[in-house]
Amino acid sequence: MAEPETTETNEGGEVRRRDFINIAAVSFAGVGAGVVALPLVSQMAPSADVLALASVEVDVSSIEVGQAIKTTWRKQPVFIRNLTPAEIAESKAVNIGELRDPATFEDRTLPGKENWLVMLGVCTHLGCIPLGAAQGEIKGEYDGYFCPCHGSHYDAAGRIRKGPAPTNLEVPEFSFVSDTVMKIG
Amino acid sequence: MSFPWAKQYTPENEFMKWMDSRLPLPRLIYNAVGAGYPVPRNLNYFWNFGVLAGVALVIQILTGVILAMHYAANVGVAFDSVEHIMRNVNSGWLLRYAHMNGASFFFIVVYIHIFRGLFYSSYKAPREMVWLLGLVIFLLMMATAFMGYVLPWGQMSFWGAKVITGLFSAIPLVGPALQEWLLGGFSPDNATLNRFFSLHFVLPFVIAGVIILHIWALHIPGSSNPTGIEIKGKQDTIPFHPYYTAKDGFGLGVFLIFFCILTFFMPNFLGHPDNYIPANELSTPAHIVPEWYFWPFYAILRAFTFDFFFIEAKLLGVIAMFGSILLLFFLPWLDKSPVRSGHYRPVFRKFFWFGLIPCILLLGYLGGAPAEEPYVMLSQLASAYYFAHFLIILPIISMTEKPKPLPNSITESVTGKPLDATA
Repeated sequence: MAEPETTETNEGGEVRRRDFINIAAVSFAGVGAGVVALPLVSQMAPSADVLALASVEVDVSSIEVGQAIKTTWRKQPVFIRNLTPAEIAESKAVNIGELRDPATFEDRTLPGKENWLVMLGVCTHLGCIPLGAAQGEIKGEYDGYFCPCHGSHYDAAGRIRKGPAPTNLEVPEFSFVSDTVMKIG
Repeated sequence: MSFPWAKQYTPENEFMKWMDSRLPLPRLIYNAVGAGYPVPRNLNYFWNFGVLAGVALVIQILTGVILAMHYAANVGVAFDSVEHIMRNVNSGWLLRYAHMNGASFFFIVVYIHIFRGLFYSSYKAPREMVWLLGLVIFLLMMATAFMGYVLPWGQMSFWGAKVITGLFSAIPLVGPALQEWLLGGFSPDNATLNRFFSLHFVLPFVIAGVIILHIWALHIPGSSNPTGIEIKGKQDTIPFHPYYTAKDGFGLGVFLIFFCILTFFMPNFLGHPDNYIPANELSTPAHIVPEWYFWPFYAILRAFTFDFFFIEAKLLGVIAMFGSILLLFFLPWLDKSPVRSGHYRPVFRKFFWFGLIPCILLLGYLGGAPAEEPYVMLSQLASAYYFAHFLIILPIISMTEKPKPLPNSITESVTGKPLDATA
């Protein structure tokens, strides 16, 4: 193959018109293939109807102190708990330095409405629903929530204390639209 | 490689001559799995399992394509359509039970096939590519089986989908976005079910394609054998057909007996009763486990309950689980011993039978056990041994062990007479 190479490449290493055309054509085809790939990839992302279910309103007037309800937001379970004064005091007393995902009790609740704890009921490990929201469920070693799938223990404020989960139970964006109705999302 | 003494294909009639000069498909088959493929004369029954895995794939594709004619991939009706197959479709129960148990049997034969490769070091030069392609097939099988398990949209389907896609959320920075992209939502839903059905249908054909490459790569050096020594002459080989077609046929009969016992008499033995409860996004089953063939890997995933420096426990578990398979891709270069067969490697054999095999069986048991003590601690010990075996013990053994003397030839190991005396 040595002979044709020497006749086709320029001795002085100059760029020939054909080299330019080759590179330009292949590059343009590459850009085209990349652009075509975009919709093929993006079709997998959540569709408009899934994204449309972005917020829900929940009437929380019937939740007594010490009780919790489970509802759904974006097809995911949400725990809404009316904390007891004892649970609030206990959660505030925790030394933040010893937490895996440090967060104060105040970080996780609304000022003035700090008895309302709203969290996604989705274990931050691999997504199971932790136990502990309903009465009679196992609450784990820190008297909060326990995920039965891989054994993560959360405290009463939903903070990770033991087990494989990396972060606290997620607190979604929420606000009160009236004294008894909260809006999640 | 075509051995010089391999039988040559000769078309028998005018039509076959006409065909051979236009599309030599009969010639290809003759040279691949016919009389034209010389195979070592001393293969034992462990060499049946490649063919059995191929048969298992054919069973899965046949039953699966028919099931797809009756199944509906929509979260509103998926569960009911599976029950419809079980109750209303003629022979539907048989097709579904055969497909369910067929998946388990596919994994059983593939695990024995891999076991054969590990004990006889079939992964060593010149067959590294056969081993690597086999691992690709194994990964594709795992993906296909997982997505198939989601389709009935029972409790285990839903929560399995959530947990397995949750593995990807452990990846730093892009993890949560990647999980949403895989699911097409924030939780497994209709988009997830549809894409899993599409991929579950197409991946078996991709597997079939990689199997062709696997066999192509195998036929370049030819099959290995229980002594692990090279073929030295014509006396060391016999034609694949009729000798190994007959032996594989016998093995297939035994395989089908076990397959029928499970399919007809205990079809749900390997399944989980919770998957007969329709999916409920508000209730996680108390004891969530994958199918039995994923248990060893699931045990490794759950063994990591502690952070290691800056790496979170969750990410560690995921890395270890994928790593346990990915490290097998490096096996041909980790095991440096020039001797292939475990029969001639006394130290390797001890660690294989008393270390690796009990370790994998224990991991399998632990993966199906609940996430509590003592199972977590045992999973940690067994996972540690698994990695140590391949990354530390095996490389050291392969450099220090003194192998037993090898026979002079395959023929001599079988007949006790030297190769040329039997010519």
